[in-house]
Amino acid sequence: MKIIVAIKQVPERDAQVRIDASGKWIDESGVQYALNESDAYALEEALQLKEQQGGEVVVVSAGPERVGTTIREALAKGADRGIHIDCDDLGDRDALGVAKLLAAAVKPENADLLLTGLQSDDLGLGQTGVILAELLGLPHATLILHVEKTDAGLTVKRELEEGWFQTIVLPTPAVLTMQSGGTKLRYATLMGIKKAKTKEVRCVTVAELGVDAAPVITLERVSLPQKQKSTQFIQGSAKEAAATLVEKLKFEARVL
Amino acid sequence: MSGVWVVMEERAGRVSRLSWEALAAARQLGAQIDLAVSVAIVGAAVEPLAAEIAAKGVSKVVRVEHPLLAPYTADGFLSALSQLVEKELPAYAVLPHSYQVRDYAPALAARMGQVLISDVVAIGEGQVFTRQLLQGRLNGSYRHSGSGTCFVSVQAGAFRVEEIAEAGTAAIEVFTPAIEPAQIRTKPSEPFRGSAQTVDLSSAPLIVSVGRGIKGEENLPLVQELATALGAELAASRPICDNGWLPLERQVGSSGQTVSPKLYLAVGISGAIQHLVGMKGSQCIVAINKDADAPIFEVANYGIVGDLFEVVPALTEAVKAAQQ
Repeated sequence: MKIIVAIKQVPERDAQVRIDASGKWIDESGVQYALNESDAYALEEALQLKEQQGGEVVVVSAGPERVGTTIREALAKGADRGIHIDCDDLGDRDALGVAKLLAAAVKPENADLLLTGLQSDDLGLGQTGVILAELLGLPHATLILHVEKTDAGLTVKRELEEGWFQTIVLPTPAVLTMQSGGTKLRYATLMGIKKAKTKEVRCVTVAELGVDAAPVITLERVSLPQKQKSTQFIQGSAKEAAATLVEKLKFEARVL
Repeated sequence: MSGVWVVMEERAGRVSRLSWEALAAARQLGAQIDLAVSVAIVGAAVEPLAAEIAAKGVSKVVRVEHPLLAPYTADGFLSALSQLVEKELPAYAVLPHSYQVRDYAPALAARMGQVLISDVVAIGEGQVFTRQLLQGRLNGSYRHSGSGTCFVSVQAGAFRVEEIAEAGTAAIEVFTPAIEPAQIRTKPSEPFRGSAQTVDLSSAPLIVSVGRGIKGEENLPLVQELATALGAELAASRPICDNGWLPLERQVGSSGQTVSPKLYLAVGISGAIQHLVGMKGSQCIVAINKDADAPIFEVANYGIVGDLFEVVPALTEAVKAAQQ
């Protein structure tokens, strides 16, 4: 089974949020990057399927040079090779533009299964996998927690709202977007990290893929959110703050 | 182009709450640009729902009906709605940001050469759409350019549903899309519940909820002790249940339970939107977090910025002391 996993490098969860001079994104100087969380689950699912079924896991990621470290991280966990779409203007492309890049890069691979996370932790659009399926003309399912390979194709467990689930049967090739929490994530071993250094990462340029950037929707400006409630911040040492809070909950909010 | 269209959804035989919120958003948008609001409702048989919607001050309701549209499949809805969009050429298509919409709307927009502006929380003058970035720590203002339909999905709880007086009754039409059985490539099962639900957080008056800030399973007793001292139920945000540190039935948020207790005490929870939608209706929200900019403080009544490993034991002691 040949499985492609589309992964994204995103700012670390507790990266400092300072708006940059353009007003269109955060100042990324000093920001650390990490593999997008739900993409990590997509990778894990792919590696487990490969362990059961045999085959190959190929990771693909679009972005500037620094994305290479995230691709190596995936290779260290067990992916067989990587495709790096070298793209310095990812932020100027909308979800369709990014999906076009990925579609052009993975199409020649003729994979049996394409996995990605359900959404990115930075832009949170939650669309890339679904658009990728549309562009490739493949069936898809979203918010998947578990994938089982069958003779006829795939049986997947899909998360619905408020604690409900359903099972979906679909043929391969297919695209699935993975929800977090369906399985346990592995860590890269020292041996894995060593092996990753010799694995193939093919770099393709946007020009080679022949995809233009012209976006339909544009992010014009970013701003810090305004508070919906005026929070009373309680100061002092942990002990003082705790005592004040209990007082307030009893006599001001009257909830204790 | 023909105005603002809303795609409304059925949930358990009723029009979903989120669909009414999408209609409220569409009405706000329609008022800004002086366009009429029409509604599409999709399914195998949606007549009663269409009648209910027609009485809510819209200009037209279209029943998009076909036997292959129940149960929901992305292929079926994509085919049906793309045919409707081609026929009606809406200026705007507004959808609820439900799990179902997330499953098909990005592809629907792409099929039309468009891009969905997903999970919108506000619509400003000049058709500027606000959505959250970086897990709610930043807002982004988006604009649609070019001709063609602008597709927008709206976040749960972002738009207020208001009663419409003197709403009249809109015309109801039936649109039958052409769909072949072979087009439906996925076979969905009936929905089922995960494990037997033994914890009903929705009726708990006091909840202590724990998030990623707790760092490890071995630190959970710290918050359990606080919950016990308060007589509160223990709950968690998604990452805690993803890691298997607490069972899924204790998860609060869009994929877990929705709660509105008297007191919701969030410990080490940053407040990603998927969590906030499950608890922001609480009467009193307290947040303890080391990051003063965490979005949880946007909905908190009381906040303590500090190390939970110091604050939580102190709070447990203070609660016990107050009870003596």
